[in-house]
Amino acid sequence: MRYLPLTSQDRTEMLAVIGASSIDNLFVDVPEIARLDGPIHGLPMHASELAVERHMTALARKNVAASDGPFFLGCGAYKHHVPASVDHLIQRGEFLTAYTPYQPEIAQGTLQMLFEFQTQVARLLGTDVANASMYDGSTACWEAIGMARRVTKRAKAILSSGLHPHYVSVAKTMAKFTGDVLETAAPHLAPEGDIADLIAAIDGDTSCVVVQYPDILGRIADLSELAAACQAKKALLIAVVTEPVALGAIRSPGEMGADIVVGEGQSIGVGLQFGGPYVGLFGCKEKYVRQMPGRLCGETQDADGRRGFVLTLSTREQHIRREKATSNICTNSGLCALAFSIHMTLLGEAGLRALAETNHAGAVAAAERLVQVPGVELVTPVFFNEFTLKLSQEARPIVRALADKGILAGVSLGRLYPGDDALANGLVVAVTETTTAEDVEALATALQEVLA
Amino acid sequence: MSINASGWRPEAPQQGTSAAPTFTGNKALMLEEALIFEIGDTTTTGVEVAAPAKVQSRLGELARTTAIGLPGLSEPETVRHYTRLSRQNYGIDLGFFPLGSCTMKHNPRLNEKMARLPGFADVHPLAPVDTVQGALGVINELAVWLIELTGMYGVAMTPKAGAHGELCGILCIKAALEKRGEGHRKVVLVPESAHGTNPATAAFAGFKVEDIPATAEGRVDLDALKSRLGPDVAAVMITNPNTCGLFERDMKAISDAVHAAGGYVYCDGANFNAIVGRVRPGDLGIDAMHINLHKTFSTPHGGGGPGSGPVVLSEALAPFGPLPFTERHADGHITLVEEETVDDRHPDSFGRMTAFNGQMGMFTRALTYILSHGADGLRQVAEDAVLNANYILRSLDKTLVAPFGPSGPCMHEALFSDENLAEGFSTIDVAKGLIDEGYHPMTMYFPLVVHGAMLIEPTETESKAALDQFIGALRSVAERAKAGDVALKSAPHFAPRSRLDETLAARKPVLVWKDPVLAEAAE
Repeated sequence: MRYLPLTSQDRTEMLAVIGASSIDNLFVDVPEIARLDGPIHGLPMHASELAVERHMTALARKNVAASDGPFFLGCGAYKHHVPASVDHLIQRGEFLTAYTPYQPEIAQGTLQMLFEFQTQVARLLGTDVANASMYDGSTACWEAIGMARRVTKRAKAILSSGLHPHYVSVAKTMAKFTGDVLETAAPHLAPEGDIADLIAAIDGDTSCVVVQYPDILGRIADLSELAAACQAKKALLIAVVTEPVALGAIRSPGEMGADIVVGEGQSIGVGLQFGGPYVGLFGCKEKYVRQMPGRLCGETQDADGRRGFVLTLSTREQHIRREKATSNICTNSGLCALAFSIHMTLLGEAGLRALAETNHAGAVAAAERLVQVPGVELVTPVFFNEFTLKLSQEARPIVRALADKGILAGVSLGRLYPGDDALANGLVVAVTETTTAEDVEALATALQEVLA
Repeated sequence: MSINASGWRPEAPQQGTSAAPTFTGNKALMLEEALIFEIGDTTTTGVEVAAPAKVQSRLGELARTTAIGLPGLSEPETVRHYTRLSRQNYGIDLGFFPLGSCTMKHNPRLNEKMARLPGFADVHPLAPVDTVQGALGVINELAVWLIELTGMYGVAMTPKAGAHGELCGILCIKAALEKRGEGHRKVVLVPESAHGTNPATAAFAGFKVEDIPATAEGRVDLDALKSRLGPDVAAVMITNPNTCGLFERDMKAISDAVHAAGGYVYCDGANFNAIVGRVRPGDLGIDAMHINLHKTFSTPHGGGGPGSGPVVLSEALAPFGPLPFTERHADGHITLVEEETVDDRHPDSFGRMTAFNGQMGMFTRALTYILSHGADGLRQVAEDAVLNANYILRSLDKTLVAPFGPSGPCMHEALFSDENLAEGFSTIDVAKGLIDEGYHPMTMYFPLVVHGAMLIEPTETESKAALDQFIGALRSVAERAKAGDVALKSAPHFAPRSRLDETLAARKPVLVWKDPVLAEAAE
């Protein structure tokens, strides 16, 4: 029990000050029926650091890590190289063990970092403002739909068929309870997305159109026309970016007129972590800022006229507005936002652009190699670092067979869209700066064997 | 004050500042730090990326042609920038952090080390399940202990934070009511003293929120609650131990009354720290309760998160929990039940709350912590947390007013009010005075039912010596506030900043940095 500093003598002295004869006297308000007097079933007694480390390490060894072999998984979570200084800096105790900055005079480190993060995110997404982060991309996407309802006073959201199916699921879960109407469909294995269909579907009841950029199959579409169509019908355009590195190579959704841009920031600084914690990015046009969910950091002055930062516009928030709040969220993904911001500072514009270029070039080279394998077809001619292949067989068993050969080949659309036969042969392959030419060759060779 | 492209420059000595100004604004180890936008530029980078392969671009018409405006710094500059910023922050590693209801306890570094094992940190959420048996094992093992420790039936692991967990629990309740054909139950009762997230959550899920008053002794008014129960009530959301720092001793009676009236009981488990290993909420008739893993099982809060909020569920609610979840089979193999594998055995799951598998990094830390403490240690955690809180309550109740002091022992936190301070002095002056004593202040003005509340939570990881020093400091600051010491009104005097103007920030929001030269040119 190495984390508990009280000694038994301390305890005795403290009980005397309190005027209690035993520790049990401090639990007198707990009814008899709920007192747990025996040991906790099955839980062993306390263990040494070494013993716990052995147990956890044994569990960790049962996993295949992304770096253990050729690796091509994406679909909303990407393997990028994170510079060593990022993890070093976030482990500084003053960042790691601080709380939400409720006392700004002694939290300027976190607050200035959040102000810098908000500016970086707004510039990257092409929006006027951004918040101090959300749980992840999928919950940010849902919050954006809720925000569109508040802004437009309408409740019909049209979701693109190219939106990540898990993001669609999250939105559907919430809509069950809020009464929003969601219209969506599964994608087709086709070179282009559904922009024309989305434009045709906008009507006077539409609160927003949600489109992913690049989409779940890796396709990239110009959003300008869609933004204009939304504006004409007074609906909001929400763009979802699950791979922010892409914005180093292609125009941002905000530049093309999106009203709200949300994203998953995992790619920059955070790491895969089996799905979390991640960091949701959330930016919007300035006129909507008071309907924005989540925390915001703002610039101000102290009593001596010096620049400083505070949490602000909190009258939107749950601790003041209770049931009238814009969201029930009462925190942000602070440490992940810090990791994102540090990595982005290390990259800078020049580094981000170079990284994006390397990702894209690697993906193009990989696509060109993989289509040489008999039974493999490229579905998406325009893409960033992720593309969709159509295999001559169902992709799910192929992915499992390749995993047995030590190659994590990509995400089968059968896993994401079970029961949709038209997508069963689809395989989404992601390539980043961590992918080597040898990895691609290994995948091509193994795929050829398995498909033969 | 002025800012130029090469950094921070103070203009002239400020009247009233004690020390002489310096050219840089720095004073030995007290460092000013400019923004990255003032010291970086778009051509500098701290990373080297391999040159791209020569290929024909496939970006179509969308290739970026304009600048983004992201400043870069070299690696040494980056390390300095963030290290300097870190020094303007207070964290639990630096000293006592008695923020009530937030449970700032020591964060063991073993947890960090384990969460960074490549087998956990470098695993993709959509990797084939056969290749991630260890990660699923962590989720499954932690789930088992959470169920055991709470005496509940099931657990939903994916909620990303406490407030997200509340939403999960309320959605389970809504789904269960609809399954029963009682979707017409639209009212959620929330005691006045509840966290603001509780009413926000219920409203977000489409319920109508009604307040339930507290008694003079700081507990839920059972009679008022009973008289409001009826066929329109879906659930009661209650915090136990509550935000007045007290155990709701009528909890079982509350649960029984709510169940008899056909409703469900949601418990905000943010304060589970004080009862872990000693009290099982399931035995009190609770149907759903979120557990803030970062509070009870010590994952660092990182200046605002991430948190993690698994929700333990009763037998009545467990079938409605979200996807995905783990299932351990007789042969030890663990499967992930998600869209692909969900079948007729799980028809009632309400769907997904988040794209992937929840806060895996937090699960690893929490499991490491639970195994380190073990059954005996966890029980000691609750005992020491409660002992420390009562020690603070009884050591200070003659200096400050403790409105619920007579209501019996407090649990995890001690509550005081500002009622006996001098005219014109309030909680904020005590809080800012504590900063000058080298402490992070307590929670201020919460719960709302107490005038000028000060909520102090020591947690179990403080020694008696640390508590005694804090008690002495708070007593000193309180005596100054009672005596009307005007110097307190302008505290803190020794922090990186003096009192910040929050009204200005809200009136004219500046949320992103704008180049002052460009901004001026645009005007």
